[in-house]
Amino acid sequence: MKRLLTFFSWVILLSLALGLVAGCGPTPVPPTPTKAAPTKAPEGTLLRKIQDRGKLILGVKYDVPLFGYLNPQTNQLEGFDVALGKEIAKKIFGDETKVEFKQAVSKDRIPFLQQDVVDLIISTMTITEAREKEIDFSEVYYLAGQSLLVPKGSPIKSIADLEGRTVASVKGSTSEKNIREKAPKANVILFDSYSECVTAMVGKRAEAVTTDDIILAGFASQNKDLTLVGGLFTYEPYGIGIKKGNKELVDLVNGVIRDLKASGRWKEIYTKEIGDKAGIPAPVPPIGDWREIMKSAPK
Amino acid sequence: MPPDYVGKVVIDNLPLLLEGFWITIWLSILSSLISLVLGTVIGVARIVPFRPLRSFGTVYVEFFRNTPLLIQLFFFYHGLPRAGITFSAFESALWSLAIYHAAYVAEAVRAGIQSIHRGQMEAARSLGFSYLATMRYIILPQAFAIVIPPLGNLFIALLKNTSLASTIAVAELLYQGEVLDSRTFRTFEIFTAVGILYLCLTLPLGGFVNLVERRLARAGRGA
Repeated sequence: MKRLLTFFSWVILLSLALGLVAGCGPTPVPPTPTKAAPTKAPEGTLLRKIQDRGKLILGVKYDVPLFGYLNPQTNQLEGFDVALGKEIAKKIFGDETKVEFKQAVSKDRIPFLQQDVVDLIISTMTITEAREKEIDFSEVYYLAGQSLLVPKGSPIKSIADLEGRTVASVKGSTSEKNIREKAPKANVILFDSYSECVTAMVGKRAEAVTTDDIILAGFASQNKDLTLVGGLFTYEPYGIGIKKGNKELVDLVNGVIRDLKASGRWKEIYTKEIGDKAGIPAPVPPIGDWREIMKSAPK
Repeated sequence: MPPDYVGKVVIDNLPLLLEGFWITIWLSILSSLISLVLGTVIGVARIVPFRPLRSFGTVYVEFFRNTPLLIQLFFFYHGLPRAGITFSAFESALWSLAIYHAAYVAEAVRAGIQSIHRGQMEAARSLGFSYLATMRYIILPQAFAIVIPPLGNLFIALLKNTSLASTIAVAELLYQGEVLDSRTFRTFEIFTAVGILYLCLTLPLGGFVNLVERRLARAGRGA
């Protein structure tokens, strides 16, 4: 009897202590009051499935600072893509926290959509003709461009200097295809992620890393020994990837993107997630169909 | 002929895949040889009557067998350059595969030697053989016959593990498959072909091991 009593007093003590700890934690931020969530989509659609599930599942990068980045200090995902995903969740549920993120590296992005692992891919993905055969894209939410990241003081000043030199990129990326076309005499080596490319360059395995400038800027803002050279030599219109045959979801996502651009919220997000961190002023958001935008790209 | 019959992407890009196939073969052969030599030395070191050498052998085996091969690969490729030692990607893969599998070879060799009755060692020593001579002429030849089947399995595992080298940009079979996949999106056909190419190597190797095993079993009965 006495042992039982001791046991129960321990249980009570423990639950008290736990309750106390929980009580001391950060008070949850009350969700920003928004208009009530819109009415449900028709039965059988992906949008309805998302609404019934009660949360949006998004594939983002975890290793691309400024876009999709798991901050090791805070253990929080941050970046432009992540913020955009929360805006879409806010539109669907009236609550930007109803969202689950999954890591999607470049080569996983299309399979993840096709196998219903995620609802949307917001993962620095360039819209291309080839990919449009596999999945649908939203309209352009960001216009990036390919550039070069090199150690400061490198003899490489532009893409013309790459002849006979080793440049690193990621398997399955547009950057790989582009650099083979624009610098056919460069030696291209491929890794699974951009952080591995940068690690390889710091270890002198490669003399340059090439991909979208803003991704490179993220690494440059973390490592002061690295810098961007050569300007943009391509345009990379980023789009949100959606599994084929889900028009209602495409329309909803496009509505969110247009509202953000028109209301000035796009620039706010840019400044918070990118501009302030990398020292870049907010540009004018890209407007129009991606094919139109590409017509003004550098040759 | 239809423009996109199943497997066309593989036929069209066979030279690229075969390029990777040859690198896989070379990487497997060279790292197998190095791990065989290194592993035998370590395996013998684990049983010699000299404590520091035995301890070294134990530490080697426990260290390399109990850390993931991928970590060793990254250490060689990404880590060592920071210490001023730079191996090429191929050399990094070669050495990490050899060092890792040498730990397993050492264990197989040690088990083989210990399966030879200690009376043989005592008999040879009493006939005037030195310790090393006993090892060289009496124990190791018998031990190797016993060790061949487990070594065969080990080299099949090594061959498959060479695919990890794709993560450090060694242009072996899996790497070329991934490159091709990223250009064509014909994932199913490409990785089926890559798998078949690995089978073209591992199945004959497995068959060879079985053959040797049967031969040895027969020889054992005949003796």
